[in-house]
Amino acid sequence: MEYKLTFKEYNEALKENKLLGLKCKECGAITVPPKMACRKCSSPDMEIVELTGKGKIQTFTIVNVAAEGRESEVPYTIVMVELDEGTWIMGNLIDIDPSEATMELIDKRVSMGHEVFPGDKYSAGDAARPVFSLET
Amino acid sequence: MRKVAVVGVGETKFSGPQDKTEVELFAEAAMDALNESNLKPKDIQALFLGNVLGDFAEGQGMVQAFAAENIGCFNIPASRYEGACASASMAIRDAFMWVASGFYDIVLAGGTERAATMGTPLATRTFAMFSDSRYEYPSGITFPAVFAMLAHLYSKKYGIPLEKLRQQMATVSIQSYKHGSSNPKAHFYGKYGDLPVDKVLTSFMVSSPLTLHDCCPFSDGASAVILASEETAKKLTSKPVYIVGIGQSSSGPLANQQEYLPRLRAREIAAKQSYDMAGLTPKDIDVCELHDCFSIASLIAAEGLGFFEFGKAAEAWEKGEADIGGKIAINPSGGLKSKGHPIGATGGGQVYEIVKQLRGEVESGRQVEGARIGMTDTLGGDGGTLCNLILQRGW
Repeated sequence: MEYKLTFKEYNEALKENKLLGLKCKECGAITVPPKMACRKCSSPDMEIVELTGKGKIQTFTIVNVAAEGRESEVPYTIVMVELDEGTWIMGNLIDIDPSEATMELIDKRVSMGHEVFPGDKYSAGDAARPVFSLET
Repeated sequence: MRKVAVVGVGETKFSGPQDKTEVELFAEAAMDALNESNLKPKDIQALFLGNVLGDFAEGQGMVQAFAAENIGCFNIPASRYEGACASASMAIRDAFMWVASGFYDIVLAGGTERAATMGTPLATRTFAMFSDSRYEYPSGITFPAVFAMLAHLYSKKYGIPLEKLRQQMATVSIQSYKHGSSNPKAHFYGKYGDLPVDKVLTSFMVSSPLTLHDCCPFSDGASAVILASEETAKKLTSKPVYIVGIGQSSSGPLANQQEYLPRLRAREIAAKQSYDMAGLTPKDIDVCELHDCFSIASLIAAEGLGFFEFGKAAEAWEKGEADIGGKIAINPSGGLKSKGHPIGATGGGQVYEIVKQLRGEVESGRQVEGARIGMTDTLGGDGGTLCNLILQRGW
């Protein structure tokens, strides 16, 4: 059985600022990041959809201790965003000063771009991720 | 299924970077467990060993085969368990099943790890491997960042102002340090026994809102647990500690748990399995060693295991209800925070503590008087692997 939307395809789309997900033909749920089985009903019968990348911040943190090789990135902000389509996704929050990263961020609306993690010796290649900016 | 008992336990001191190898550490813990059980290496029929990052820490894979040979358990089946920080618990749960089924009579389980020896940058990189490498690591997820986000979510969801929650989280660390400071096996033995709240709050901010003192250390260490069938156990010891409940569950990445966060559903499922199997409820547990990788993780764990209502654990800790003499004694060993966290070995260390508590063999300042039923709880990754055990006095 073939994997409908692989990481490779998801990654290439995200590098063009396109957030792809899977819509379940059985229950309608949106699964992103992509999997073999629907996140709700576990059916493999899903079709590729493009998502808006817009949503609301659910939680956040400012990271000050980096993993080996990523020291130049700190401090950076990680967020969990609830997309307008209802599903949560992890990404970074940019265009803010870390001192602005307070509880006030929760429920703020964001829109999406992307950045690419170039990869390291453990990662089997590069990987894009969503980066979010506060909507003004 | 037969009844299965822990007959003997051993563990090394958990510590910062040190020079003994993973095999050497486990060998010391295992020989202590064998001596305590009045057994010889030739009596062990199989080895179930937790080890997560030996490949990175020492360039050592398949450590379980070398460990078995090293201690004189020649040619026995030896298996490695990897569930991040839940590895040793998984190993013990499986070991239990092989004995309960009647396939083996006497087995050795536990774990070994040199997380501290790796140093912080590599440890931070490798611990991030317990998150999703494709869909979480690119954002720069680190293990503290996972629980930091859960802390902010906990504040929001339960309406506890962040400043207050941070003070309550500090009481969790302070309680753990108090007990660990009098535990000779603890990473922070003799340290931080009297740490004031503001020292916790103002220490280095690792991943907001978690400071250094909200976070458990990286540790080196090993643990060993010997399990035997009831019939054999009764010949070996007058104080068999029976494993009466086991539970295990898994989860995917954090985003896929959105309906439950900051609750970790896998723990609740695993805990129900072990309570149901044992015919017990949370009220029956006298002492619990749970997964306090971060102060907030203690609150989430205590609620997930059913000791306090959701959103109420923070005030319970403040009131002393989660300490010896309270509603339930949590982490009298000092927990991961103070006793330490050599991840592949931690679950075995929790069993070590519970067995000593039930046998009344713990230093008096942290002995839970009359403890008869204990529980252990370990979590790996973003709530990806949860495993718990319920243990009960057999005398």
